[in-house]
Amino acid sequence: MSSDAASALLSVQGLSAHFGHTAVLQNIDLACHAGQWLAVVGPNGAGKSTLLRCMAGLLMPSRGQVLLEGVAMPHWSASARARQVSWLSQQAQDDTPMTVYDTVALGRLPHQGWMGLSARTMLDEQAIQTALTDTDMTQSALRPLNALSGGERQRAWLARALAVHASVLLLDEPNAHLDAPHQRLLTRVLRREAAQGRAVVSVVHDLSLALAADRLAVMAQGRLLAVGTRDDQVVHRAIEQVFDQALAIVQVQDRWMAVPQI
Amino acid sequence: MRRPAHGSVVVVCGVLIALSVALCVLGLGAGSSGWHNPFAAWQDVTERQILLEIRAPRTLGAWLVGALLGLSGAVAQGLFRNPLAEPYLLGSSSGATLALAMVLSFSGQSALASSIAGRFGVTGLAFVGALGGVALTLFIARGASHTLRLLLSGVVVGVVLGALTSLMTVWSSELWRTMQSFMLGNTGLLGWSACVVLLVAWVLTLPLALLLARVLDALTLGDETARSLGIPLGWARAALVMVLALSAGAAVAQAGLIAFVGLAAPHLVRRHTQTRHSGLLVAASLMGGVLLQGADVLARWAIAPEELPVGVLTAVLGGAYLLWLMHRRAV
Repeated sequence: MSSDAASALLSVQGLSAHFGHTAVLQNIDLACHAGQWLAVVGPNGAGKSTLLRCMAGLLMPSRGQVLLEGVAMPHWSASARARQVSWLSQQAQDDTPMTVYDTVALGRLPHQGWMGLSARTMLDEQAIQTALTDTDMTQSALRPLNALSGGERQRAWLARALAVHASVLLLDEPNAHLDAPHQRLLTRVLRREAAQGRAVVSVVHDLSLALAADRLAVMAQGRLLAVGTRDDQVVHRAIEQVFDQALAIVQVQDRWMAVPQI
Repeated sequence: MRRPAHGSVVVVCGVLIALSVALCVLGLGAGSSGWHNPFAAWQDVTERQILLEIRAPRTLGAWLVGALLGLSGAVAQGLFRNPLAEPYLLGSSSGATLALAMVLSFSGQSALASSIAGRFGVTGLAFVGALGGVALTLFIARGASHTLRLLLSGVVVGVVLGALTSLMTVWSSELWRTMQSFMLGNTGLLGWSACVVLLVAWVLTLPLALLLARVLDALTLGDETARSLGIPLGWARAALVMVLALSAGAAVAQAGLIAFVGLAAPHLVRRHTQTRHSGLLVAASLMGGVLLQGADVLARWAIAPEELPVGVLTAVLGGAYLLWLMHRRAV
């Protein structure tokens, strides 16, 4: 095990995954550290969401392993893993009549005993309220999910993932359907979560948002092509390459931006 | 912000309990010659006997069958994440019907069949058949871990067992006449022993379903999200299927095929309140009780002194309600 992987909160070693006979992930090595926000980018079908599902322990890899705090994922009990790793799906159910509050409260299930049978504590209430505030959903807390817009629902699901208070946050397209002010809010929340010592991993298609992360992992065709900081030129060239030179990474003042090449 | 109190569920449950009591009084008074005050009828020995031995168990039994169907409907819709899921989806009704058809067909011809029929009784056999139908569905689906496979297996079992029953009734027109009351749903034969069985089934399944309410809540977010929250989905689904099989099996064994109550009861509750499954399960169960109790009173009263089969009434009213829902795009 490399020193980078050894110090990681969550690491992936030699990971391969198949759907039937099709290889969707091939020999991936990746380390996610506490206090860092890692953005995973790549074109459609690169294997980003599959990688996140493997990291969350929801999909068994065909080869390699995922280590959480140095312990292989299968050795974690389901409830202990759920307290450590919070996962936000790319495609959440959108027809539930449950209120936003009740949906966010489900994030506390891993802390409420077997099948969530223990009573809700003050700590649970605080976590729910904080998650609602962080996602600007306090005013909509009593509305049913199926009466919300796409962006509001996305914020409710994000709040559910934040309410877990896990040490690893795995978020698949957390900015989907969000307008500009709420994308900015999301960036601030993810930075704050990382600053509080969590490992944040997000799959994002908005490259300018990805370039706000501490580190980037660039994927294509199930392979990891480059990993580095947002200032790393190798990462920039890899992004331009996997997106077929359809964009260029340029610096605007002190920030990196992805500019479409028309 | 204060935590939502779900006060409306309490109000809905209170209204449903009040309606149940009112329908109970109506049910005790509804006879073949119209409605008589049950409190006045208490003075007469014959009337009192009719009240205690026939109308009281029938009224209570109809409520319990409806309550079990409402509960199993809410569990089925949560388990399959499908608003059109209903209690008989896992093959309980087709299993019960086939078991009954088989024993009734062979009881005159085979000593074994006659012995089985004598030992278990009609309702016991129907219950065994209902559980057998669900067991067959689970066997074909290779357990309860895959929702779509379970759903498809239930449909296959329902169609195949239904076809076998049809084949048997084609061979014997006498069998069709005997089974008619079961196939159309009937609350007229519910006695105190049936009430005890139904009450035991309700007292067992409602608390078990409530223990699994948070699992049903988590399942609304999708299987993988529920797993990511630490829910042991295999165990949870198996327990939910058990609740479904016991509640639907007990109801179908005692009263035959009562249509639409299990489908409509959870929808009616959801129309009046936004609630988690803990509230929905209780309210849908109460709503199912009120619906079938109301249908039973209506079936007795509508063409008195004749009686309508209660299953036909629930099918007609339930079908109309579903069409109305579809028209309003509420489903």
